Amino acid sequence: MADIDIIKDENIVYKKSKVLTDNVMHYCPGCSHGVVHKLIAEVIEEMGIQDKTIGVSPVGCSVFAYNYLDIDWQEAAHGRAPALATATKRLMPDKYVFTYQGDGDLASIGAAEIIHACNRGENITVIFINNGIYGMTGGQMAPTTLVGMKTATTPYGRDVELNGYPLKMTELVAQLPGTCYVTRQSVHTPATVRKCKKAIRKAFENQDKKIGTSFVEVTSTCNSGWKIPPVEANNWMVDHMFKFYKQGDLKDSEKDNPDDYKKFIE
Amino acid sequence: MGELKLMKGNEVIAHAAMRCGCDGYFGYPITPQSEVMETLMLKKPWETTGMVVLQAESEVASINMVYAGASCGKKVMTSSSSPGVSLMQEGITYIAGAELPCLLVNVVRGGPGLGTIQPAQSDYYQTCKGGGHGDYNLIVLAPASVQEMNDFVDLGFELAFKYRNPAMILSDGAIGQMMEKVELSDFKPRWTDEEIQKISGSWATTGKTADREQHIITSLELDSESMEKINHRIQAKYRKMEEEEVRYEEIQCEDAEYIFVAYGSSSRICQKSIEIARAKGIKVGLLRPITLFPYPTKAIAKLAERVKGMLSVEMSAGQMVDDVRLAVNGKIPVEHFGRLGGIIPTPDEIVEALEQKIIGGK
Repeated sequence: MADIDIIKDENIVYKKSKVLTDNVMHYCPGCSHGVVHKLIAEVIEEMGIQDKTIGVSPVGCSVFAYNYLDIDWQEAAHGRAPALATATKRLMPDKYVFTYQGDGDLASIGAAEIIHACNRGENITVIFINNGIYGMTGGQMAPTTLVGMKTATTPYGRDVELNGYPLKMTELVAQLPGTCYVTRQSVHTPATVRKCKKAIRKAFENQDKKIGTSFVEVTSTCNSGWKIPPVEANNWMVDHMFKFYKQGDLKDSEKDNPDDYKKFIE
Repeated sequence: MGELKLMKGNEVIAHAAMRCGCDGYFGYPITPQSEVMETLMLKKPWETTGMVVLQAESEVASINMVYAGASCGKKVMTSSSSPGVSLMQEGITYIAGAELPCLLVNVVRGGPGLGTIQPAQSDYYQTCKGGGHGDYNLIVLAPASVQEMNDFVDLGFELAFKYRNPAMILSDGAIGQMMEKVELSDFKPRWTDEEIQKISGSWATTGKTADREQHIITSLELDSESMEKINHRIQAKYRKMEEEEVRYEEIQCEDAEYIFVAYGSSSRICQKSIEIARAKGIKVGLLRPITLFPYPTKAIAKLAERVKGMLSVEMSAGQMVDDVRLAVNGKIPVEHFGRLGGIIPTPDEIVEALEQKIIGGK
């Protein structure tokens, strides 16, 4: 049977989102970025908002996110993406605006910008990739690096006395009244990928409701930085990262507080 | 004749913004310019013109909000004073690198460090010689009156969009805080979405429609050959500005034997110094640069062919004097006079400096 006979509409069970470009991704094998990019692309395509979505890319491994999602992008200075998203959403409230940030970008140098954007309740979506390390610069300690974890700048393991404690940004922003949906997901199994996609979709749909900031952490792996092969990295993430970074919804105004939520909408 | 008002320079910046169709102001309080945002918040332009006004969490955030607003093809601005503008330098070089139009206002106070809240002109180097990293220039307008605070808001936006480059109004605490008669500009509506498409539709991030390629606002280019080309393109804009956008004013230069070169507040004081000097029989005139970049190099060089000396009068330790010397190229003596730390020089002091440093010194 020729390929052309197989690829009939009724035979297609999976295809690449048209919001993803054909550019070859620069991410390392096993990296979570590619999967999360794919999920965002699918959500944008399924919601039919390609012409209304503005992405803000960070500094870090995903600095080139604009090469992979075929939408309009603004490339922010390190940590400043939430400030960009704030202005873009306020100046063009009918657009869907999201930031895509790593843990160095969001939790370290951009801690002020993310806290204040969330606290103002900006109607934006934040995708936060937390792999506990600086990938692009060669595997240095991030604010999210686990205690005892070895990195290029903690070669003997993260020592609390020297480096302080890992920072739970997601728990932190969940406390702010400006956030409406705060969740922690991962993409290491087919089931978690599907769950993560639902979370991203909800985080985008919330922009229609104008109920505040939606924040999706994706606890991720960094094989190159962790120096662990992909499958083992997934296991390491489950055994170590998940113990500290608990998976699931931290806040969902729609479910947790239906009365307040209704007031918000009115 | 537009509406006549008696107003502070800072208030006028706010009124001029609302009247010129500005889409957004993002700022952070700092003395001596806080009246800009205070006036905007009081006037609530979001209810009338639809202009967005937001108090950011820092100058770092406000300049990045401007970066995003400019990325969308909107007319956006911020204002601050010296320490705040230092914090903005990262954002400013990104804006220049991404070739975005926007308006910045610096109501300068004395430094270095936290310094003083009194007026100074000690940010000339930062504004005209870089400030942030990389090879870039701002379009720099130096108002000498409250009226020019009004006029340069519209002019600043016009030049910024003409060249896709950030423009800065380099004012100082005296111009920002003093009250003068001002003729406010007539109201212009904000650009419609269609107008933005016409003006900035080829690059702005307004949403990728099916009929066009994606728009990416970035200053990143890792390929050195391409990055050099981008730099050459940006430099070509600056050369064009030097040909076409130099603005300056000459006062009593026709018969002058000596020249004061001064901008902003100092140029106002120099006008009184001219009166005092001429009463003593010293023929002195004033060249007032209105654009500090592009700088009136040719006009100064031309004057240097027929006068005996020049005194650069600045409320700094001597910054603009470098550009005067470069223009004069050693033909005649050029000296600097200025007071520091927020002290405004008196007209008599300036005349005395001319007599001692230039006339007596030759």
